[in-house]
Amino acid sequence: MKTVFQKPEAMTDAQLHYCPGCTHGIIHRLVAEAIDALGIREQTIGIASVGCSVFAYDYFNCDMQQAAHGRAPAVATGIKRVLPEDRIVFTYQGDGDLASIGMAEIVHAAARGENITVIFINNAIYGMTSGQMAPTTLIGQVTATSPRGRSASETGHPIRICELLATLEGPAYLARVSSHTPRHILQAGRAIKKAFEMQQQKKGFALVEVLSTCSVNWGMTPVNAMKWLEENMIPYYPLGVYKDITAEEDE
Amino acid sequence: MAKVLMKGNEALAEAAIRAGCKAFFGYPITPQNEIPGYMADQLPLRGGVYLQAESEVSAINMVYGAAGAGARVMTSSSSPGISLKQEGISYIAAAELPCVIVNVVRCGPGLGGIQPSQGDYFQAVKGGGHGDYRLIVLAPGSVQEMADLTALGFDLADKWRNPVMILSDGILGQMMEPVDFPDTFEPLQVEKPWATTGAVNRKPNVVNTLDIIAESLEKKVERLLEKYERIKEEEVRWQEEGTEDAEIILVGYGTSARIARSAMEQARQEGIKVGLFRPITLFPFPERRLKDLAGPEKKFLAVEMSAGQMIEDVRLAVEGQSPVYLCRRLGGMVPTPEEVLAKIRELAEGRVSQ
Ligand SMILES: Cc1ncc(C[n+]2csc(CCOP(=O)(O)OP(=O)(O)O)c2C)c(N)n1
Repeated sequence: MKTVFQKPEAMTDAQLHYCPGCTHGIIHRLVAEAIDALGIREQTIGIASVGCSVFAYDYFNCDMQQAAHGRAPAVATGIKRVLPEDRIVFTYQGDGDLASIGMAEIVHAAARGENITVIFINNAIYGMTSGQMAPTTLIGQVTATSPRGRSASETGHPIRICELLATLEGPAYLARVSSHTPRHILQAGRAIKKAFEMQQQKKGFALVEVLSTCSVNWGMTPVNAMKWLEENMIPYYPLGVYKDITAEEDE
Repeated sequence: MAKVLMKGNEALAEAAIRAGCKAFFGYPITPQNEIPGYMADQLPLRGGVYLQAESEVSAINMVYGAAGAGARVMTSSSSPGISLKQEGISYIAAAELPCVIVNVVRCGPGLGGIQPSQGDYFQAVKGGGHGDYRLIVLAPGSVQEMADLTALGFDLADKWRNPVMILSDGILGQMMEPVDFPDTFEPLQVEKPWATTGAVNRKPNVVNTLDIIAESLEKKVERLLEKYERIKEEEVRWQEEGTEDAEIILVGYGTSARIARSAMEQARQEGIKVGLFRPITLFPFPERRLKDLAGPEKKFLAVEMSAGQMIEDVRLAVEGQSPVYLCRRLGGMVPTPEEVLAKIRELAEGRVSQ
């Protein structure tokens, strides 16, 4: 019999707790597939951040640490700096975690060129705390704490992390991908794998921003959420590679 | 090894390296800058990692990561920076990660001043961050003890899987005294099968502080409390001088104990029977011994560079058997031996009511 579906070895058997229409589960799988493809499960240490994905420590079948809200890049730095060089360290962070409370940690880890891999889930909202405005919430977007829509005059504009980090010398690889169609998911998987390879090759800091849906807190059906992402998030958060020092080397 | 003249902060840093400290993460703040300075200079030459973090918040979370990966790791700061670290310290205590945290205390509240103080006693010994947890808190009283207790701190941290705080102050950090480093210091060797070093031929390890099931979290905290009780049984340390015949017992730690000792010597010359009780572990506090020393014919005088924080633990320990008085200065002012002596005389003459 031909195997058509198999759980990656880098994922445990635990049942995911994510809501219908949430793409955390898909992105977990992409991360696990990358780990499997590179054969690095036994040398990988992951860091779960505070947010809907906090239980990632139960889902990834490798050594894991759970970090305080926003501090995953600091925890990753501590781990990476004391373990043998072949150890692979990644963080998995939401947009409230990374782009709000943890802004200092991510900017400085990037500026140091810390040789870690960051998976950054941008769903334009705080999921776990039930749908408040995030630093990535779009102008006009209704959330629990922007009930009349986010207004630029009161709360400024959403932060584009890839573009912001691309101004630094430290990062080796910065890419924004999406999770709303199978084609985009395949692309996202390739970017995530590349971000792990960069670390293996000791190239420095690598971050993949994955545009993601939160249909429950956006108040949409899963299908409409995918559509909303495509029509609203991608124009503001253009997909693409924002930095790749290996591409420069190749030229 | 022959004695060398060193600043307290430098002696502490040297002792940490000798104790096998493999990583240091910190952020500049007076009056502890000699510690990161020494670590930045020496640690990379001696097989360790020094990294200046972007903030105290980052530094303590780097400590969390490194400790979780099994390394002997340290951070140091002074009061406002230690306040910033509190969330991380709570996480470290919850995850039962061994590490050493140094607080070279300056005076507060707020930005306060850079002069020495003991105003962080409550924060250090009662918790400081959120939730039910304790640090093991060691209070050096000399440059030699800055070294010895730091080395001990790493061993205790590993032995108990618990964060250890060295509660020092600006005077102890800055002053120079001869210090002796034993030639043959052997750090405690502890297996860390829980560390996240990569799941090679074993099940994954998880360093975690989350438990959303109340029944299970209650059990976990109960287990922590049990550990703290065992620490209370096994790790209490203190020093006594002249307590055998003392009618007045001075209680002080760190710099205050040094001042109290001078006052005690002068009072003894005047024929007043004074003793000194110096807690070396502030958690666990030497409460049983203090209780034994107490009695209706005795008076206690707490000497503190704070509004009177340790005095609460002295009162709890003596359980009302003896009156407990306070001699204190604030704001970075240090009590003089004469001030303490004046208080001793008042007590001896029975001029003070509680
Ligand atoms: C210091 C601290 N502040 C606030 C919180 C509460 N909190 C938990 S998750 C979260 C937001 C997470 O949102 P995000 O990072 O966007 O991830 P998502 O849940 O959307 O996946 C907040 C604010 C916390 N746990 N700790």
